[in-house]
Amino acid sequence: MEREEWLGLGPYSLPREQKRALYRRELTALTRHHRQNCPEYRRFLEALGCPEDTPLEPEEQPMLPVGLFKQRRLCSVPESEVFKTLTSSGTTGQQVSQICLDAVTSADQQLVLSRIVADFIGQQRLPLLVLDSKKVLQDRAMFSARGAGILGFSIFGSRSCYALNDEMQLDLEAVRAFVQQHAGRPMLLFGFTYIVWKEVVCALEERGEALPVPQGILIHGGGWKKLAGQAVSPAVFKERVAKALGVRQVYNYYGMAEQTGCIYMECPCGHLHASVWSDILIRRPQDHALCPPGEPGVIQVLSLLPRSYPGHSLLTEDMGVLLGEDDCPCGRKGKYFAVTGRLPRAEVRGCSDTYEG
Amino acid sequence: MTNLERYDKLFMDAFRLAPEKLPGLKYRGIPEWDSVGHMDLMSAMEEAYGINISTPDLLSFSSYEAGKEILAKYGVEL
Repeated sequence: MEREEWLGLGPYSLPREQKRALYRRELTALTRHHRQNCPEYRRFLEALGCPEDTPLEPEEQPMLPVGLFKQRRLCSVPESEVFKTLTSSGTTGQQVSQICLDAVTSADQQLVLSRIVADFIGQQRLPLLVLDSKKVLQDRAMFSARGAGILGFSIFGSRSCYALNDEMQLDLEAVRAFVQQHAGRPMLLFGFTYIVWKEVVCALEERGEALPVPQGILIHGGGWKKLAGQAVSPAVFKERVAKALGVRQVYNYYGMAEQTGCIYMECPCGHLHASVWSDILIRRPQDHALCPPGEPGVIQVLSLLPRSYPGHSLLTEDMGVLLGEDDCPCGRKGKYFAVTGRLPRAEVRGCSDTYEG
Repeated sequence: MTNLERYDKLFMDAFRLAPEKLPGLKYRGIPEWDSVGHMDLMSAMEEAYGINISTPDLLSFSSYEAGKEILAKYGVEL
């Protein structure tokens, strides 16, 4: 299968054995590519004693700890081809990740994101209510993960409106006008979980207000950590979103700046799904042995997209549990799983850039 | 104004370009045509011709020439 061919696959169309064959070949090629073009990556593999030019099973691929992108700028293309550096993560004072993107990797990320999301909302662009401030987009060359997320999702919007002003406060008047203008039609709402919760849902509740967006579709991501601290479960989140915004179609997603584009969307059964362009493995924190379905462990993410930086196999700092493969009642092929929390003892790190709300 | 004249004008207004710069112009070929500039251009196209461009077509709209073919799909003959 050629590159164009797998880029054009249905997002949840590959059964296990076919996906394994694709990953065996493509990940082996990616490891070779990064070994040849990224000196730090090559040294890392040499230190691990990874043999060169041996085809590896997907679970045998060397994995980089995701935190390494905070310590080093890892790049597999000449700096002149890097047109955008994505930064992510970190609570104040911590170092941020730097992800070097060239035109090809960035375009693939955008394409794949569009294919995944279209599987849930269709190909028609909808009026888009961004539950964030336009201020996040200020520097176009040096994007934060939050800015990249908003820009990435902006392709699904026909007209858009930013719900928060520069001070991160709800601009109720502007939002009301936008909602009224597009009443009676589907509307897409996008934002980061914690911001949606604190600056939109809670802000509306505090003002004793509610917005009528019964045909709204909310897509949100960026971690539950801060909400779990406030004892907000996914069920409570959905219930209060429904009350404050009238939105009943709510999709959470799991994703990270280090593998932008191939996000893991939550299906109506409440399961996060790996698309054909990425995959997950769950490993025991102690010895990195693979966990069977049902046993929580550290999440490793594999992706076919990263060419400009060695991010095709990463060990995250998140814990998760594999729930099954190819047999979710929603009909999507591939693995499905749940994120259960953060790896204990891991440096405290947000999924998006700092927001001290 | 013909459809083609309008098409050219949308590009020239969006990216402040002279007409001779349009042939061969590609997405990300100039700093102004980045992802933000692209969304503005798409909105301008939709408004000018009264169409709704789908997400896949929006992503395929990657050059001055490719855009003409995409608009043809929406019945806009240039």
